[in-house]
Amino acid sequence: MALTLEEVRAIARLARLQLTAEEEERFASQLSDVLDYAARLGEVDTSEIPPTASVLPMSAPLRPDVVRPCPPRDQLLANAPDSEGGLFRVPRVLELEP
Amino acid sequence: MAELTDLSLLEAAGALRGGDVSSTELTRACLDRVQAIDGVVRAFLTVTEDLAMAQAEAADQQLRMRSDEPLPLVLGIPIAVKDVLCVEGVPTTCGSKILEGFRPPYTATSVARLVEAGAVILGKTNTDEFAMGSSTENSGYGVSHNPWNLDRVPGGSSGGPAAAVAARMCYAALGTDTGGSVRQPAAFCGVSGLKTSYGRVSRYGLIAYGSSLDTVGGLARNVADLSPIFSLMAGHDPLDSTSVTDPVPDIHLSGAPKLRIGVPKEYFIEGLQPDVETAVRAAIETFREMGAIVQEISLPHTDLALPVYYIIAPAEASANLARYDGVRYGPRHGPGSYPEDYFVTRGELFGAEVKRRIMLGTYALSAGYYDAYYGQAQKVRTLIKGDFEAAFQEVDLIACPVTPTTAFGIGAHGDDPLSMYLEDVFTLPANLAGIPGLSFPVGFDSEGLPIGMQFMAPHLEEARLFSAAHAYQAATSWHTRWPEL
Repeated sequence: MALTLEEVRAIARLARLQLTAEEEERFASQLSDVLDYAARLGEVDTSEIPPTASVLPMSAPLRPDVVRPCPPRDQLLANAPDSEGGLFRVPRVLELEP
Repeated sequence: MAELTDLSLLEAAGALRGGDVSSTELTRACLDRVQAIDGVVRAFLTVTEDLAMAQAEAADQQLRMRSDEPLPLVLGIPIAVKDVLCVEGVPTTCGSKILEGFRPPYTATSVARLVEAGAVILGKTNTDEFAMGSSTENSGYGVSHNPWNLDRVPGGSSGGPAAAVAARMCYAALGTDTGGSVRQPAAFCGVSGLKTSYGRVSRYGLIAYGSSLDTVGGLARNVADLSPIFSLMAGHDPLDSTSVTDPVPDIHLSGAPKLRIGVPKEYFIEGLQPDVETAVRAAIETFREMGAIVQEISLPHTDLALPVYYIIAPAEASANLARYDGVRYGPRHGPGSYPEDYFVTRGELFGAEVKRRIMLGTYALSAGYYDAYYGQAQKVRTLIKGDFEAAFQEVDLIACPVTPTTAFGIGAHGDDPLSMYLEDVFTLPANLAGIPGLSFPVGFDSEGLPIGMQFMAPHLEEARLFSAAHAYQAATSWHTRWPEL
């Protein structure tokens, strides 16, 4: 199967990736190659086969709910590209009604 | 005494105990060697000289106290850490521009356990971006070079750790293996590399790629040197809910039992370099001479491992890498508006392979395609896991090549991702099944490049890998050869 440029753009939108026109072209062809290769999975009869999400036969383990120290706020904010007043600073995400 | 950097980890540990050498001297020797040759190998992204010297002095104090308590074998030993494992306060990039400047506020459990035992951290080593690749060519900070031939790749994604060990810049290194990323570079660089069982070593502080596949492992000059690294890192960690509570067995290096070794016919296929097949078959013959029972086995779904992996790993990666949004860490690019900053930050700072895998995973998980790709891949994964469960009813270990070829040239795969993915064909199945694997050198090809063989064992049976591979190294000398550098 060949992915169209439109499909590539739709996937990039879902993945929050800005691609150049050249990347869109290249990825359309390269991702199509990989999906073609993966198509052989469809030929396997798995109607009786359960999926494996994890190799471990585990359910979510429980632990005592105790307070533990965590890194100080300054140390966490030090990695942020922008912060103010002890908070992460981001572009406005809500438009205010006039 | 020979050059300090020529010692194995266990020899260096013995010299420290005997008072023949100090950790400060070992660490200085490693740092000097990094200074002398890493300009051409380019294994390290960050050298933590001050941290290393402080840790070495602390180790020397502990060694001088001569307590009656047995000292950990890694005490005072300089090691390197793949740059996908967090070390508090030390730049940790995952080989990506999107984490440039990131200094983690905590240390990965695997690293912390070694540091608590007195290991000396020399620095962070190169990796394909977010561990996605087989050559380090996908690193955002340049390619590492294979110490055996600088025009060849060291393999990947733990190419930096493998090159650093092979070039004797450190005594061991921590790596990670999601689809072969410890075993393949170990084979390409002629060192020994352990992929642990899924859940055996905590993933806390390992920056996530494929969460159902990621494992922490180690690389060293021989199998015996890996044993203290494994023993310290392994074991339950409440900070990783997938870390198993099973006890960690003692590793006995002496006396390999009379093992039944299975040789899967599906791993000796067209495209396998003849030198590689010859060396691997010769190594299997050595085991037979040592008393092992060798039999051909079948892992019938082997050819499906690659397509399963390249659906599941990108799907998990696309979810894990959603966190890189230019808000909490790393640089932010864009016009300063929402949501454009997300698109520009991610579009400009992720490399091509990471973007490809995010796209592939996003597609495989998207409405209308989920069942056909991701759901189907998870079911076929069950079949691959079942192949191993059936095989291990008959044999104790599985022996096979690590890679179809020896180290390929830098740039050899050009811009053809699918041909690069095919490099992982022999290593992916162990990750899909969650089982441990060990790669160790068994010869050289006609161009003098190392050849590796791998053993795979049932889940949590790392001890079997150690005893068998160590018995081989006790009887052979491939692991004692070094690149001239």
